[in-house]
Amino acid sequence: MRAAVRQGASVAIATGLYGISFGALSVVAGVSVPQTMALSLLLFSGGSQFALIGVVAAGGSPFAAVATATLLGVRNTLYGTVVSPLLQVRGWRRLAAAQVTIDESTAVAVGQRTPAAVRAGFWTTGIGVFVLWNAFTLLGAVAGDALGDPRAWGLDAAAGAAFLALVWPRLAARRAQVVAALAVVVSLALIPLVPAGLPVLAAAAVAIVVGLVSRPATGRPEREDGDGGRPEEAQ
Amino acid sequence: MTTALLWATVLVASLACFALKLAGHLIPEHWLAAERVQRTSTLVTVALLVSLVVVQTFADGQAVVVDARLPALAVAALALALRAPFILVVVLAAATAAGLRALGWG
Repeated sequence: MRAAVRQGASVAIATGLYGISFGALSVVAGVSVPQTMALSLLLFSGGSQFALIGVVAAGGSPFAAVATATLLGVRNTLYGTVVSPLLQVRGWRRLAAAQVTIDESTAVAVGQRTPAAVRAGFWTTGIGVFVLWNAFTLLGAVAGDALGDPRAWGLDAAAGAAFLALVWPRLAARRAQVVAALAVVVSLALIPLVPAGLPVLAAAAVAIVVGLVSRPATGRPEREDGDGGRPEEAQ
Repeated sequence: MTTALLWATVLVASLACFALKLAGHLIPEHWLAAERVQRTSTLVTVALLVSLVVVQTFADGQAVVVDARLPALAVAALALALRAPFILVVVLAAATAAGLRALGWG
C-alpha cells in the first residue's frame, strides 16, 4: 500500500508538471485564464482539454470543439467501469471518484495487488494529479499571458508534441498503427477542404468504422489491441 | 469565437465529459465488456490524437504547410523513443521550433 501511494505521488508530479504546457497553450489559443482554469477544474482530462483548445486555436466551431473533447472523453467511461467495482464508494465520494477517473489514476489503480492498495493508488494519483494539474495550469496560463508571440517560443509546435506524447503509448498494436496511418491521410486530405475541427472528427469516424467492421483477432484475446481500452502505462 | 460562446463551449464540454466519467461508475461493468466496444473506443482515441498531431503540425488556417513545426515533431518523436518524460518532450519540441525560427527558417 505504501508502494501504491509512492507510485501515485510520482505519477501525480510528472503529470501535474505537464499542466504548465496546457495553461500556456490555452491562453495562447485565445482562451482566457478563468476559462483555462474552468477546463482544468471541471473538464479535467488532459487529452480532451488539449483537443478543445486546439480546435479553438484553429478557428473551429463550438460544435467541433465540444465533439472532439467529448469523443476523447469516452475512454474514461470504460475506465470507470473497471475501477468502480474495486473502489466500493457511495454518495458524494462517487462523484469525486468519477471526476478523477482518468488515464493515470486508472493505470495506477489496476496495477495494484490488494483492494487496499488499489484504493490508495487510485485516490493518491487522482487527487494528486487534480491538485498539481490545476496549480501548474494556473502557472502556465499566467506565464503564457506574459510571453508575447507564441511562435517565437515554439509553442505552436509544442501542441503537436503534446498530442504525440499522449498517443505514443497507444501505438503498440498493429490495428492501432493502421488506424493511425488512416488518420494521417484523412486529416491531411481534409484540412484544405473543410472547416477547422472537422478533419479530426472525420478521422474519428474512420476509426469507428474500422472498429465496428474489423474482425476480432483470431487465436489471441483482446490483448492484441494493445491496451484493449486500458489506460496507457503511467509515466 | 466570442467570450460567451467560448464559455458555453468550455462548460458544455466539461458537463459532457463529467457525464461520461460518471456513467462508467454507474453502469454495470459487463455492459461495456464487449470486445468490439473496447476495441472501437481504443481506436477512436488513437485516431483523434493522431489527427490532432497532424492538424497542429501541418495546418495553417486551411492551408497545409511545412515549417519549423515538422522538425520539432521529429525531435519529439525521438525523445519519446528514448523514453523521455512528457514535459521534456514538449519543451524539446518548442525549443527546436523556436531555435529554427531564431535562425530565420519556418
